[in-house]
Amino acid sequence: MSDTANATRIQTTAQPAAQNVAILDGPLIDCDIHNELPNLDTLHPYLPAHWVDYVTHSAFAAPDVNDYPRGSPLSARADFIPVGEDEIGTRPGSSLRHIQEQVLDPWRVETGILNCTYWVQSVHDEYLAAALATALNTWQVEHWLEGDPRLRASIVVPSQNPMAAAAEIDRWGAHPGFVQVLLPVRAQALYGNRRYDPIFEAAARHELVIGIHAGGASGLPPSPVGWPATYIEEVAGIAQIFQSQVINLIAEGVFDRFPTLRVTLIESGFTWLPSLMWRIDKEWKGLRSDTPWVKRLPSAYMLDHLRITTQPLDAPTDPRQFAQIIQQLDSEELLLFATDYPHARFATPDAAFPVDLPHTLAHKIRYANAQAWYRL
Amino acid sequence: MLETPSVATVQPPAHPAEQPIAAAASRQRTAIIDCDIHNALPSEKTLHKYLSARWRRHLETVGMRGPYGSAYPRLYPNAARHDAWPPSGLPPGADLDFLRAQLLDGWQIDYGILNCLFGVGGQLNLEFGAALAQAMNDWQVAEWVEPEPRLRASLLVPYEDGELAAAEIDRMGSHPAFAQVLLIARTAQPLGARKYWKLYEAAARHNLPIGIHFGGGGGGPITGSGWPSFYIEDHGGMPQAFQAQIISLVYAGVFDHFPTLKFVLIEGGFAWLPPLMWRMDALWQTLGAEVPHLTQPPSSYIRKHFWLTTQPIEEPPQRAYFDQLLDHLNMNDRLMFATDYPHWDFDAPDRAIPPHLDHRLRRAIMADNAAVLYGLDIGDQEIGSAPENGSA
Repeated sequence: MSDTANATRIQTTAQPAAQNVAILDGPLIDCDIHNELPNLDTLHPYLPAHWVDYVTHSAFAAPDVNDYPRGSPLSARADFIPVGEDEIGTRPGSSLRHIQEQVLDPWRVETGILNCTYWVQSVHDEYLAAALATALNTWQVEHWLEGDPRLRASIVVPSQNPMAAAAEIDRWGAHPGFVQVLLPVRAQALYGNRRYDPIFEAAARHELVIGIHAGGASGLPPSPVGWPATYIEEVAGIAQIFQSQVINLIAEGVFDRFPTLRVTLIESGFTWLPSLMWRIDKEWKGLRSDTPWVKRLPSAYMLDHLRITTQPLDAPTDPRQFAQIIQQLDSEELLLFATDYPHARFATPDAAFPVDLPHTLAHKIRYANAQAWYRL
Repeated sequence: MLETPSVATVQPPAHPAEQPIAAAASRQRTAIIDCDIHNALPSEKTLHKYLSARWRRHLETVGMRGPYGSAYPRLYPNAARHDAWPPSGLPPGADLDFLRAQLLDGWQIDYGILNCLFGVGGQLNLEFGAALAQAMNDWQVAEWVEPEPRLRASLLVPYEDGELAAAEIDRMGSHPAFAQVLLIARTAQPLGARKYWKLYEAAARHNLPIGIHFGGGGGGPITGSGWPSFYIEDHGGMPQAFQAQIISLVYAGVFDHFPTLKFVLIEGGFAWLPPLMWRMDALWQTLGAEVPHLTQPPSSYIRKHFWLTTQPIEEPPQRAYFDQLLDHLNMNDRLMFATDYPHWDFDAPDRAIPPHLDHRLRRAIMADNAAVLYGLDIGDQEIGSAPENGSA
């Protein structure tokens, strides 16, 4: 993977143009499509009898997570909310047919990567969490991967118990449909911590990407200063949790222990990454004796081991400034195109990446980076 | 295996704690206001004469108690530069004569803002915190600002209780020794929470800016995903706390309620601020209905209500990126120079600000912006002289 590892400096200056659709012009890999569980009953065929009993008779309804409040305008674009006679009340993203008709076909998606964000990590009963993960992954194979050859999926794992998570990865690691292990950005401990090594070992064993996705509910506050009062604050603050995870993965030496590890940050925003590189490189210059196993500039690890999806853009309104931020990433390899279907991150296709890019860079973001990263 | 990219061949400079502190000799004279100097207590005993018998006894028998279990030991004792330990044997920042000679005279600093980091606000016993705050503020007036007219102090307050904090602001807020009220970045709750509003009301009443300085610990994990392991994460992770505070203050409507309030973000850096403004503006477009009290995009509140100190100065790998950063930030009149004396990551007045900046912008950052905010007289300042953003 030396070609992707080589951080190619962007030499050209991207210029805004009237028709900002270059990013969409050609084959596409969508790195963030959400397949939602329609309801808990869907899992009954895949759960052991004890757990079917439990979820039927107990008060358990779902993991205690509320990343996307049902009525929130961010949770689903109006045109993605099911309106068919037999679909009223079903969750956006829960229908294969809708994903085909609303993303794969109109966007001419060659490959779409599913991120099922049913966060079993928020189920404190780790046995139930593990059973739900296995059921979800079996359901993903039968109803999604076998339903459309354009789809790839992410393995749901009970990462609060890394040994159980590793077992789940081993269960599915040989299946060609799974390209990634999915972790919520919020956890009870940062992912560089040694306790998670079994997950990274299993991912490395099966050459799977680790996807860290926005959201989750660990029970701990989602900010360094406690619980925010509003949903908008919580969503805005998710970017900082990603920043903490990146700092921690590097400081703990995860990429030194697992030199082939690939980590995708999903739904994190990316415009903050240059500032984080500058800050942590500077910290490393002053404090590197604190973590002597970190042998290189932190930004070098980021360029080698991280990729980031393009939604949400969190971009300046001035296209010139947007182009500058992309240039400041110091790599053409980092960005992976994503729609974040069915969330309402942009209103129209040409707003998905509203800056005209040099043809080769556009092709990389739209297609080639993801193809190389996920080995599609 | 992964290849090592070319960037990894960059050799780090000599360790900051090893670099000489006094190099002012050939510097051309421009006014300097240092917005982050740390004065320290010689010892807790210093406070005895400023405390009542009741709280002196408490200090001696119980002592200070915060939320334990959140320590990340600094790599250097007192976080200090090696050469900032006074010959008198006092701790760094505790010897006024030495600080005067090494910093104020050594660098010809016109004014210095003291940010004393004594942990008054983090006390679990709030009444004790209030008593310590009173003692510390009386000590700062008597032993720092009165003997050294170039110095202004920051008012320490028991910030986890709005009413006690407001009482201390009302007691001392109009004293000319104090330039601002001091909070710390990691509080127990996000600063938009109602419990802090009495403090804001009092600060607004006395027209005092509120400084938020690097550090602190409210008792919870210092990231949104649990506790990290190393000091480099504690230190390097501070911008995440600053960002959380801005998010909270703006969306909670603090500036709609207190339209004259001013915040100074001290030692937090500023390269992360443009992306935060973009994210907050975008979310306001989508989710603004949840916070209908906001009348402007979040970035408008930020550019109106926040000031930023420069240390630790941002060091992108290319000069052009620094210029782009200033353009994206669009807050040339809000950047204020700081050294962070006597700490290890000291920024020297002659080297911290990139040399290619326009001289008027340099002036604005080195002194004019702070002179305007804190009402300090530096003689020939050109008010509003900061050049247009992007012309750096």
